[in-house]
Amino acid sequence: MTSIITRRRFNFGAGAAAATLPLIGSGARAQAPLGVGFIYVGPVGDHGWSWTHDQGRLALEKEFGAKVKTSFIENVAEGPDAARALRQLAQANNQLIFATSFGFMNSAVQVAKQFPKLKFEHATGYQRAENLATYNARFYEGRAVIGTIAGHMSKSGQAGYIASFPIPEVVMGINAFTLAARKVNPNFKTKVIWASTWYDPAKEADAAKALIDQGADVITQHTDSPAALQAAEQRGVFAFGQASDMKAFAPKAHLTAIVDDWSGYYIKRVKEVMDGSWKSGDVWGGIKDGMVKIAPYNDAVTPAARAAADEVQKGIVAGTLHPFTGELKDQKGVVRLKAGETASDEMLSKMDWYVDGVQA
Amino acid sequence: MTPEMLVSIFMTLVAASTPLLLAALGELVVEKSGVLNLGVEGMMLCGAVAGFAVAFSSGSVGLGLLAAIAAGVATAMIFAVLTLSLTANQVATGLALTIFGIGTSSLIGAGFVGRTIERLGPVFPAGLSEHPLLKAIFGHDIVVYLSLALVLAVSLFLRRSRPGLILRAVGENAASAHAIGYPVLAIRYAAVAFGGALAGLGGAYFSLALTPMWADRLTAGRGWIALALVVFAAWRPGRLLLGAYLFGAVMTLELQAKAAGVTWLAPEFLAMTPYLATIAVLTMMSLGRRTGRPDAPACLGKPFSAS
Repeated sequence: MTSIITRRRFNFGAGAAAATLPLIGSGARAQAPLGVGFIYVGPVGDHGWSWTHDQGRLALEKEFGAKVKTSFIENVAEGPDAARALRQLAQANNQLIFATSFGFMNSAVQVAKQFPKLKFEHATGYQRAENLATYNARFYEGRAVIGTIAGHMSKSGQAGYIASFPIPEVVMGINAFTLAARKVNPNFKTKVIWASTWYDPAKEADAAKALIDQGADVITQHTDSPAALQAAEQRGVFAFGQASDMKAFAPKAHLTAIVDDWSGYYIKRVKEVMDGSWKSGDVWGGIKDGMVKIAPYNDAVTPAARAAADEVQKGIVAGTLHPFTGELKDQKGVVRLKAGETASDEMLSKMDWYVDGVQA
Repeated sequence: MTPEMLVSIFMTLVAASTPLLLAALGELVVEKSGVLNLGVEGMMLCGAVAGFAVAFSSGSVGLGLLAAIAAGVATAMIFAVLTLSLTANQVATGLALTIFGIGTSSLIGAGFVGRTIERLGPVFPAGLSEHPLLKAIFGHDIVVYLSLALVLAVSLFLRRSRPGLILRAVGENAASAHAIGYPVLAIRYAAVAFGGALAGLGGAYFSLALTPMWADRLTAGRGWIALALVVFAAWRPGRLLLGAYLFGAVMTLELQAKAAGVTWLAPEFLAMTPYLATIAVLTMMSLGRRTGRPDAPACLGKPFSAS
C-alpha cells in the first residue's frame, strides 16, 4: 500500500489518522500494517539521491506487501520545516521514519525525543539516540573502483570531476578516485570544477564540456543529474553514472556507475522493527554490504580495466584493500597516513585535504 | 589555446545564451505592453516538459518544439486571464505562475524521468556543421538562428512598425491608448501570448537541445536571469542580445577558467562573476540615465480596466 502525499493533502491525512489513533490498541497494531515514513530533500523525480531512497521504499512494498504501509513527503527543506514534516509522519501512525538528508539532523533529534516509542533513522548524520539510528554508505569505495577504470581508459591521463561543494563527503570521493587512478597511471590528473550546486543540469553539462575542452577524456561527477554524461556522449569521451545506472543517457560514454542501493538496509531494519530486535546504532555500509554497487561494465571497458576493477572490488569486500592506505601524503607534503596504515572512519568524515594529482 | 578549442568554447557559449535570449526577448515584448509577468520560469518549465513529452512520444523534435510553444502560450494565458481580465495583482500572479509551472511540469514529467531522446541537431549539412572552424557559424541548431532572427524582427517591429508603436503606446499610457480607440486588453493578451511562446521555446531548448531529458526543475532558475536581462537591456532588443551573450560568456568562461586550473582566483569569486557583471551594468545604466532617456514603460505592472 502506498500513500503519496503532497504537503497540502497530507494535513488531511494526518488529521484523520491522529483522530483514529487512540482507538488503535496494541493488540490491533499486531495485525495492522507497519507504517514506514520517509522524508526526502528533493523531488522523487530527480533521478538522483532522493530517487534512490524512493527505490528503497518501493522495495519495502515489494518485500512486505500488505504488511507495511509506506508514505513519503518530498521536497522537504532542510532546517526547521523538516521537524514539522517528521511530526506529521509520526502522528500518522508510522512506526519507523527515515529522514534521508544530512540537513534533517537537528529536526530528527528533536522529533525523536518527542516520540520516544517510535523509531527514527537519519541518513548521513552523526547524532544518535535510543530511538534514533544513523546510516550512510561508503561511496568512496565505488570511487576507487571507477578511478581504477579511469586510469586504464584515459588516453590523456586527465579526468574531469564535476563536484558540488567542498564537504568531506565530496573531498574523500575526489581523493579516492584520484588515488586509484594514479595506481594505474602515476601521472594521472583529476581536474575539478566546483559547480556550487547539487543540481543544475545545464551547468553540469557546460562544466563537462569545459573539462573536455581542457583535455579531460573521462568525466565523473558528484552532482545529481545525468547531464554531464550526455555532454560526454556528444563529445565522444567516457563518463561514469552517479547514484543510479545512467546508461540510457549515454550508451557509448557510460563505462559503469556507482549505484546507491538502500533497499537491503531498509528491508533489514523493517524486519527488525517487526520482530522487535531493532536497536539504535550507526551503519556505514559499503560494497560488501550491498549498499554501494557497481553497474554492469560497458563493452568499451578493456579486459585489463575490467580485471583491475574487479580486483579492487574483491579486495574491498575481503577487507584486504582500503582505498586510503599509507603511506599517504597530501599536496602540501604532510604525511596523513603512515606506511601500511588505513584511514579511520573519523579521519574520512573530516577530510579536508587533497592528494597529489588533484587540481581543485 | 588552439582555434578548434576557441570554436568549441564559442559553441558552448552560444548554446548557453540562447534560452536566456529567447525567454528574455518574449518578456521584453510583454513588458513593453505594460505587463509584468514574473512567471517566466514557470512558463519555461511547462514548455520544457511539454516539448520533451511530445518529442519522446512522437519521435519528432520539431513537433516537440511546437508543443513547447503551445504549452508556453497556454500557461501565459492563465496569467493573462487573471491579471488582464480579472485585474489581479501582476506581481503576485506571476510568482504564483512560477510555482504552478514547477508543480505542473513535475506532475506531467513524472512518467518521463530517466528517458532520453535524440538531441536537436544542426541545420546545415555535416560538411559545414562539422567543419572544425566553420561550425562556429554553421554548426548551430534551428533555434539559435531563429532566436537571432527574432531579435531583429522584434527590434524592427517595436521601432519601425505601426503595430509596434501601438504596443508601446499601450505600455506607456494605457488610458490614452484606450481613449483614442486602441483595444488595450487585446493587445496585451497578444503580447503575453508572445512572451509565453518564447518562454516555452526557451524552456524546450533545455529538454530538447542542451540536456535532452526531463528532470524536475530542469531550467534551474534561468527564468529569473531572463527577467533580470530585460532590465539589464533597458528594454531594447539589441542590448538584450548583447546582455544574453555576455551572460552566457561569463557562465561559460567561469567553468573554462576552473577547468584550466586558474588558481589565482577563488572558485567562489568565479561563481559570483555573472552576478557582479549584472550589478555593474545596472549601476552604469542608472548613472547614464541622468542624461539619457527613461527606459521602463510608464505603465509597467499597472492593471488596466476600460470602465
